[in-house]
Amino acid sequence: MTLVSLWFLIIALVWTGFFVLEGFDFGVGMLHGVLGGTEPGRRAAINTIGPLWDGNEVWLVVAGAAMFAAFPGWYATMFSGFYLALVLLLGALMVRGTSFEYRGKRDRPAWRDTWSGLLTAGSLLAPFLIGLALGDLLHGLPISAGHEYTGSFWTLLQPYGLFTGVTLVVLCAVHGATFITLKSRGDLRQRAARLGRNLSPIAALILLGFVIWTHSIAGKGLLPNPLEIAAVLALFAVVWLIGDGRDGWSFAATTIAVALAVLSIFSELYPRLMVSSTNAAFNLTIHNSASPSYPLKVMTVVALVLLPVVVAYTAWTYYVFRRRISDKDFEAAKQRRDSHEHV
Amino acid sequence: MTLDLARWQFALTSINHFFFVPVTIGLAFLVAMLQTSFHRTNKPEFLRLTRFFGTLLVINVAVGVVTGLVQEFEFGMNWSAYSRMVGNVFGAPLAMEGLAAFFLESTFLGLWIFGWDKLSRRVHLLSIWLVFAGTILSAAFILAANSWMQHPVGYKLVHGQPQLTDIWAVMTNSVFLWGFTHVVLDSIVTGAVVMLAVSAWQLRKRSQPNPFNHTLRLSLAILVPVLLVDMFVGSELGVIEARYQPMKIAASEAQWSTCRPCSFSLFQIGGGNNDHTPIQIFSIPHLLSLLATNSWNGKVIGLSPLQAQYAAKYGPGNYVPNVFIQYWSMRVMAYLAGLILLVGLAGLLLMRKKKVPRNRWFLLAATWVVILPFVMNTAGWLLTESGRQPWVVQGILLTKHGVSPSVSFTDLVISLVAFGLLYTALAVIDAVLMIRYSRRELATAPAAGTDSDAQPRVPSMLY
Repeated sequence: MTLVSLWFLIIALVWTGFFVLEGFDFGVGMLHGVLGGTEPGRRAAINTIGPLWDGNEVWLVVAGAAMFAAFPGWYATMFSGFYLALVLLLGALMVRGTSFEYRGKRDRPAWRDTWSGLLTAGSLLAPFLIGLALGDLLHGLPISAGHEYTGSFWTLLQPYGLFTGVTLVVLCAVHGATFITLKSRGDLRQRAARLGRNLSPIAALILLGFVIWTHSIAGKGLLPNPLEIAAVLALFAVVWLIGDGRDGWSFAATTIAVALAVLSIFSELYPRLMVSSTNAAFNLTIHNSASPSYPLKVMTVVALVLLPVVVAYTAWTYYVFRRRISDKDFEAAKQRRDSHEHV
Repeated sequence: MTLDLARWQFALTSINHFFFVPVTIGLAFLVAMLQTSFHRTNKPEFLRLTRFFGTLLVINVAVGVVTGLVQEFEFGMNWSAYSRMVGNVFGAPLAMEGLAAFFLESTFLGLWIFGWDKLSRRVHLLSIWLVFAGTILSAAFILAANSWMQHPVGYKLVHGQPQLTDIWAVMTNSVFLWGFTHVVLDSIVTGAVVMLAVSAWQLRKRSQPNPFNHTLRLSLAILVPVLLVDMFVGSELGVIEARYQPMKIAASEAQWSTCRPCSFSLFQIGGGNNDHTPIQIFSIPHLLSLLATNSWNGKVIGLSPLQAQYAAKYGPGNYVPNVFIQYWSMRVMAYLAGLILLVGLAGLLLMRKKKVPRNRWFLLAATWVVILPFVMNTAGWLLTESGRQPWVVQGILLTKHGVSPSVSFTDLVISLVAFGLLYTALAVIDAVLMIRYSRRELATAPAAGTDSDAQPRVPSMLY
C-alpha cells in the first residue's frame, strides 16, 4: 500500500471512529428529552455520555486535521466549498458542546429546557450536515480545473447528500437508543429499549436504501454486497436483541451499521477525494491533492505511536464508567444538591 | 473587501478563543496544585478549594473547546489558498495536536470530573495533572505551527510552494521555543490573577477564618515570580523577532528612520502609517536598543529603509504593518504587565506583614485586576499577528493571496454575523456563570475523601 492510500484509509477510519463514538452521543443528545421524560430521567440520559462525549468529539478534530496535513487540497476545497454549511455545523456543535456543561449550572426549569432544546437541535443538525457533506463528496459538486468550488450554498443540497444526512441521523438515533439501553437501569432503560425496537426496522430499511443508492451513484449496479446485507440484517436483529439481556449485542449491531454506512462512502470514493460534476478530469484524487512523502512519513510515525495509546486510555475510560445509571440516582441526588454545588 | 472581512473574522474568533485558553491552562495548573496539597496534607479545605476552582475551570473549558473547533475549521473555510499551499507543513503540527493533546485533555478531564468516586485518589490526582499536560502539549503544537508562519524553517521551496523537509527544525524553531514559553507562563499568570481576584472578593465579603486565605497566598506566590520570568522571556522573544521580522519591531516603536543607539518612546500623540513624526512625550535613551538587540548601542533599522529593502527583494508593494496597532499593543501589553506586577508585589509585601486579609484597598485592587490579563493577552497577540502583516507566512505568502477564492462577500457577512452573535452570547453566559460560581460560598467538604462508603455511590452530579 502506498503512503497516500494508507492516509486515505486512516482518514476513512477516523471518520468511522468519529461516527461510531460520537454517533451515540448525537443519538443521546437527540433523544434525551423524549427518553428522559422528567428531569431526573433527562439527567440520567445525559450522564450516560457525561464523561465520554468530549473525548469522542476529538475524532472530528483529528479527522479535519489529518485531511489538512495529508491532503491539503481536499481540506482546502471541501472546507471552503461547504462554507455556510460548516458555519451552521459549527454553530450546532458549539451550542451542543456548551449545553452539556451549562444545562446543570442553574436550577431553573426555563434554563434547563432552553439548553435541552439546544442540545436536541444541535445533536440532530450536526450528523445531518456532516452526512450531507460526506454524501456530496461522492455525488459530485461543481469544481473547477483549479480545484475551486464554483456552486452556491443551494448547490450543496443534492438529493443523495441529503439522504446521506438523513441516514446518519437515523442511525445515530438508533445507536443512541442501544447505548442508553446498555448504560442504564430502570424506566430509562425500558423506554430506550422500546424506542430502539421500534426504530431499528425503519433504520434498517433506510440503510438498505442508502447502500443501494451509494452503489448506483458510484456506477456499480444496485446490488448490496454480503457485508452490507449483514449490516442491514444486524439492524433488524436489534428488534430481538435489545432489552432482552443482550444489550451489548444490540449495541454491537448498531455499531456495525454506523461503521458500514460511513465506510461504504469512503470505499466508493477511493481513489477520488471529491468528485467534480463539472468535469471528471477536475476530480480531486489522492494523487493530485496529497502532501509530499516526507510529511506523510512523519505523520505515519506519529499516528502509529499515538493512536494505540489513545485507543488504550479511551477503552480504559469506558471501563471505569461501565456502571449503569438510573433515574433513581438523580432523584436521590436532588435532595443532596446543596452539598454538591461544585464539581 | 472579502479579504478584510475574512481577516476580521479570524481576528475576532481568535481573540475570543484566547480569552478562554489561558484561563484553562492556568487554572488547570492551579487546581492540580490545590489537589496535590490536599493529597499531601489531607486537609479538607484543600479539597473544597479544589472543587471550587475546578468548577470554574470546567465552565471555562466548555467555551474554550467549542471556540477552538471553529479555529481548526477556519483555516480551510476562509484561508483555502493558504491551506492548499502550506498544509503539508502547517497541518502536521495541527494533526499532532489532536492526537497528542486534545484526546489527553478531554478524556482525562472527563475522568477527573466524573471520577471522584470511581478512581483511586492517586489516579484521580494524576488525571488533573494529565489535563494540564494536555493543555501544555496543545499550546506547544499550535504555537509551533504559528511560529512557522512568523519564521519559516525546515522546508524547501518547490515551484514556490514550501514543502516540509525537517520536522525537528519546526519543533526547535527559536521563535517557537521562546514564544511557547512566553504563552505558557502568561497563561499561568492569567490563571493566578483569576484565582487572586476570586480569593480577594471572597475575603472582602466573608468573615475569617476563611479558606480563601490559602488560595490568595498560593496565587500571589505563583503570580509574582512567574510574571517576572515571563516579562524577561517576552523581551527575549522581542529580540529574536527583531532578527527575523525587523518590520514588526520597528513598527512597534514607530521608528521610521534607522537609529543607533535608539531611545524608547513611552507615550506619543499621533503617529501611524501616514504620520511619521508623532509628538513623543517621554523617551528613555538606549532602552529600545537594549530591548530590541540586547546591547546598549544596538542599531534598529527604520521602517522606511526596511520598506525599500523589501520592495527590492519581493517586488513593489507596501510591507509596513499597521504602525498604530503595533505601537500601542506593545505598550498596552507591557504597561499592563507592570500594573499586574505592582498589585502582586503589594500583595507579597502585605503578606509578609501578615496583613493581607485585612487591607481592603488591596483586596479591592486585587479583585478588579482580573480584567487586565485579558486586555494584555489580546494586545500581545495583536502585536505578534498584526506585526506579521502583510504576510500570512513571513516572506513566503502574502495574506491577500491566502484567502479562499470561492467564499463570497455575502457568505462572509452571514458567517461574521452568525459567529458574532454566537460568540457574544457564549462569552456573556460564560462570564455570568464564572461570576456567579466565583461568588458562591465554599461548599462543605463532601464527606472528606469522597471515596468513603458513607455515601451512596451515585454518578457525578455535574450534568
